[in-house]
Parts: sequence; C-alpha cells; structure tokens
Amino acid sequence: MNGYSGVWVYVEHRNGVISNSTLEIMGKARELASKLGVEMATVLFGNDVSHLVSTLAEYGADRIYLADDEALKEYKTLPYTRLLTELIESNKPEIVLFTASSLGRDLAPRVAARLRTGLTANCIDLDVGCFEDNEKGKRLERILYQIVPAFGGNVVATIVTPYHRPQIATIRPGTFPVPTKAPGRGEVIHVKVNLRREDDKAEVLEVKRDLQESELENAKIVVGVGVGARGPDGVKMLKRLAEVLGGALGATRPVTDAGWLPQEYMIGESGKTVRPDLYIACGISGAMHHMVGVRNAKVIVAINKDPKAPIFEAADYIIVEDMFKIVPKLLEKLDRKG
Amino acid sequence: MKVIVLVKQVPDPREYVRIREDGTLDREKARAVINDCDKNALEAALQLKEKFNSKVIAVSMGPPKAEDALREALAMGVDEAILISDRRVRGSDTLATSYVLYKAIEKLGPYDLILCGLESSDGGTAQVGPELAEFLGIPQATFVEDFEVKGNYVIVKRRIEGGFEKLKITMPVLLTISKNANKPRPTTFSGILKAVKKPVVTWSLEDIGAEVDKVGLAGSPTKIMKVEKIGSQRKRILIEGNDVEEIVNNLLRSLQEHGIILEAAKQ
Ligand SMILES: Cc1cc2nc3c(=O)[nH]c(=O)nc-3n(C[C@H](O)[C@H](O)[C@H](O)COP(=O)(O)OP(=O)(O)OC[C@H]3O[C@@H](n4cnc5c(N)ncnc54)[C@H](O)[C@@H]3O)c2cc1C
Ligand SMILES: Nc1ncnc2c1ncn2[C@@H]1O[C@H](COP(=O)(O)O)[C@@H](O)[C@H]1O
Repeated sequence: MNGYSGVWVYVEHRNGVISNSTLEIMGKARELASKLGVEMATVLFGNDVSHLVSTLAEYGADRIYLADDEALKEYKTLPYTRLLTELIESNKPEIVLFTASSLGRDLAPRVAARLRTGLTANCIDLDVGCFEDNEKGKRLERILYQIVPAFGGNVVATIVTPYHRPQIATIRPGTFPVPTKAPGRGEVIHVKVNLRREDDKAEVLEVKRDLQESELENAKIVVGVGVGARGPDGVKMLKRLAEVLGGALGATRPVTDAGWLPQEYMIGESGKTVRPDLYIACGISGAMHHMVGVRNAKVIVAINKDPKAPIFEAADYIIVEDMFKIVPKLLEKLDRKG
Repeated sequence: MKVIVLVKQVPDPREYVRIREDGTLDREKARAVINDCDKNALEAALQLKEKFNSKVIAVSMGPPKAEDALREALAMGVDEAILISDRRVRGSDTLATSYVLYKAIEKLGPYDLILCGLESSDGGTAQVGPELAEFLGIPQATFVEDFEVKGNYVIVKRRIEGGFEKLKITMPVLLTISKNANKPRPTTFSGILKAVKKPVVTWSLEDIGAEVDKVGLAGSPTKIMKVEKIGSQRKRILIEGNDVEEIVNNLLRSLQEHGIILEAAKQ
C-alpha cells in the first residue's frame, strides 16, 4: 500500500516503568520491521515520561514519538484517540501494535474505527508474508498475519487486513519473550499536544491497583486450580503446593467465577497469559479457552482422573489419578527433601 | 431517559461448535442464546427503567432467528426490540457490524445511554462497543463493573489490570458491561406472556440507509486467510506406577531428566 511504512508499538507504562507486555511486543515488532526492511517506532504518551525514551531505544526503537504533557497524565479515550490518529495520519505506519490490556482494548478499536481500518484482537502470534486474494485474483505482499485462537478446539485463525492501512492488532500480554537489551540510538520526535474541548468528556476520579498483579505472570512455576479441586479445601492444598515450590497459583474460569479464588487468578482467554518453566494443571479438563493462556509454558504436567480429558493432548506429563492422592504425596516428598 | 441495549445472539458457548472449511462458524448446529454479558447489559438497563422510568430498546443485528434473542429480551422487560436482518450483512467484521448498528441507532433518534456487552463469546473481540461509539461520536467506558447515572453524567467503575478506575463521563455515553456487573434476572412466565404482544421490528439495510459496500464481507477490512488445527507439540508421556508413591517418584524423575528439579523453595 503506497506511502505506508514502518512498524509502530504503542507504549504502556505505569508508575514510571514501561510494562513488560510493551517490551515483549517491541521484540516482535523489531523482528517484523527487519523482515520488511523498515523502521520500528514507538509511541509514548504521558506526563513526565521522557526518561523512558532511553529504555525504548535499548529495546530496539529506531524512533520514539513522544508526547509529554500534563494533560496526558491519565489515560482518557477521546484525547488519546485524537492524538494517536493524527500522528498515524501524518506519519503513515503500515502496522500499529497494542497490548491487549484494559487500555489497549479501549484505545485500539477507537483508533481503528476513526481510520476506518481493520483491527484484530488478542493475537497470540504475528508474522508477515503474502496474501493470495483468490476472489480478486490478486497477490499482495508485506501483509501482517494476525494469528488468533479460534473457537471450538485446537484451532487458530490467521486474519489479514489486505486493503486498509495501517494494519492494527492487539497482542495478549505474555505472548512473546522480553527481548534482550542492546545499545540503541532511538531518535526522539516531539509530538505537539493540542487537545480539543470536544474531547473533554471524561474525568478520572480514582485509580486503584493492587500491586501484586505481576506475580502470576512472572512465576517460574504455576500451579493451576481446576474444578477438580472441588472447593476451598482443594484450593488450600494447591496453594500450599505453589508456596512450597516458590511458585504462583492460577485458576480456570469456573474456579474464579465460583469465588474460590479472586478473578486476578484466572488464566486463559478471558484471563492472564503465563509463561512459566512448569505448569502443573490440577483437576483441569483442558478447554481451549484455558489452554491459550498456558501455551507458552515450557513443560506442562496434568493431573486428572479422567483418562479422556482433553488436557492430556496438550500436556507433556500425564497422571491419570485423583489429585487428592497425588498432590499430598508430592507435598510429603517435597517437605522431606526441603 | 432512553437506553439502547445491544444484544447479540451467539451459539451456546457451553455446546460444541463446528468450524466450516471457510473458517466461519457453523452456527446452525448449536443452540442459539443471548451472549452472556449482553444479559448483564440488559439487566443494567432494566434497573434504570425501574429507577428512572427509562425507555429501553434492544437492538440486534443477525439472521432472522436472532428474533428469539430479542423475544427473550422483551420477556425480561425491554420496551421495544429492533432486529437488523439482511443477507448482505453476512460475514461482517467488527467495523462493518458497528457501522450497521450505528445506522440503526441513528434512525432511532436521540438517546442517553448505550449499553453493550463487554465481549461476545463467539467473536470475543470487545471491539464492537468502542467502534460503535466512534461512529456515533460519543464517549465510552469499557470493562464496566458498575455504574450510576447522576444528572447528565455517569460515574463508572471500570476494571483495569490489578484493580479498577472510577470515571465521570458526560452523557450520552456508551458502556461495555462486564459479567461481574450484576445478576441478570430470569425470564418469568408473565414476562413471556407480555412479550408475546410486543413486536420485534425488522429492518433491512434500506430501512436504516446503510451503504451496501460498507457491510458484509466486502465492507470488512479484515479477512480470514486460513484456519488450521494446531497439532499438539507436547510430549504426552503417561506417568504410571503401582501406587501413588511410585507415580510421584516417576514424575519427579521424568521432570529431572528435562532439567526441572522440584524442591521446596527456601523461605
Ligand atoms: C467466551 C469464553 C471465555 C472463556 N475464558 C476462559 C478463560 O479465560 N479461562 C478459563 O479457564 N476458562 C475460560 N472459559 C471456560 C472454559 O471453556 C472451560 O469451561 C473451563 O476452562 C473449564 O474449567 P475446568 O477445567 O476447571 O473445569 P471442568 O471442565 O469442569 O474440568 C474439571 C476436570 O477436573 C477433573 N477432576 C475432577 N475431580 C478430580 C480429582 N479428584 N482429581 C483429578 N481430576 C479431577 C475432571 O475429570 C475434569 O476433567 C471460557 C468460556 C467461554 C465461553
Ligand atoms: N451483531 C450484533 N448485534 C448487536 N450487538 C452486537 C453485535 N455484535 C456485537 N454486539 C455488541 O457488542 C458487544 C461486543 O461484541 P464483540 O466485539 O464481538 O466482542 C456484544 O457483547 C454486543 O453487546
């Protein structure tokens, strides 16, 4: 598509730190930019954020569009949409990537709709290549492959945006590894902030975060709690296992829906993505909705008493047994060793 | 006050859904239901009706049988139901869908509040709400867990990573409602009886003045290139043993062979 060039990443940051999910996406964006032979740029909006520029350069940004202004202190849909769409319209990147977070999933669709372009949500992988449009008998190059889990089993779909630019996608946190740092140049481009009255419709009254949120995403070992845990006693047992192993506890949706664990523990399509060295799934059937959240685990152990449970198709080590027999024995052995 | 609720009919997520060769979902086989969190949006609207005597209109785009979803909305207590049903919208992505819904809402005239579900269980994009708000040129709040209408604005509690955010937003506004927001009321027998008398109005693209080239597959910027099964790359090794002791020992040994040593962490 004529005139559109470059891969952009929208930068999320919190308390003066760039979020891991942004760094993860930058690693992938760098790779895509190299394949396409174009620049990778980042977009940084906020107040008092200019010190983050060096980090972005170290993680591979060729260019950093910086809008540092008191009016951008808090994320608000309309002013941020205005600023970002104008920036995209004047600089014409071919690809813009967002984190699939509460911010990215609020901002990206708004921007995509204003630009009347496509958007693919919750990607689990990205690549570039050609697209054969059989209907129109056309072959298009430099197309972004936006890979998403599809409904109904172990299926993924590749979505493309062949005739509109930019191609926009949101990417699940935890999808890619954080790249290694290297000294980088990173040219800073200051963006003028001209906010309009008509965009002033919302006021942020309060922001509250409990700070332990990243424990699960960063854990080396995650113990997964499924419906097979049967209730609070089972959860307690698995919590103990996670503690003994120095890992974190995660859960399936029915478990958090039932309130056995808070919603922050949910892993999967509607919850978190984890990438531990070891995932121990206890009493989990292995629904696709859950498994997309653990597909980056290095090793998966599944304990399920049903030999037909789908999780056994998606695990490395399979134990067909009652978890209430296996887990206490495991704890006993660990206690002895420790 | 006028409240519009967007309701999507989806294949029952609790049932198995087949995927066609062309990558679209085979919706014919599965039982069709109202998308989960759209029921929470309906519940929120009906609570406003009780509190402020608001008028509540449910709007859906879908095949003719999506009328069932709207009938259910009527039975829950909404005042009016509009179905945009037209063969030409088949295959619409979120942008094309939002465009159609936008044209229908414009036809309905002024409103104060638009409530969507947070995301649909089949699309699962959470995009239609914000894209529709953009077409309408109104503010939005997504991931809404709770809200209160006060005069000409709403106070919204929206979920963010590890916590929540409280916003004050001027109406008219579009909110996407999470399934944690409330507990949707069941349909009652008397509700169903009352609903029988209310019509579901069906509109075509001409009725809402939508441009044909902006809808359906042709009007959708995104295309499905391919759908493939991902074969499991996992080892799938069964750990056996004569008793629990032996199974656990075998597990620890197998993990160790792969460089994972399970041991009690130092506290
Ligand atoms: C739109 C949508 C989004 C969703 N998003 C998510 C999501 O993000 N995350 C998520 O997890 N789910 C999600 N789900 C739900 C998902 O489809 C499954 O329903 C859910 O993951 C199943 O949880 P489970 O494995 O704990 O329960 P079940 O499917 O009920 O499985 C319980 C398993 O425990 C085994 N078991 C029982 N007792 C024992 C015992 N004593 N010892 C050993 N094994 C035992 C049983 O054999 C069974 O296999 C979503 C669903 C929809 C429709
Ligand atoms: N075809 C449709 N008709 C009416 N409302 C819809 C339709 N598609 C999506 N929506 C609304 O938009 C929300 C988000 O859908 P989605 O973007 O598909 O995740 C849903 O919960 C509905 O409230």
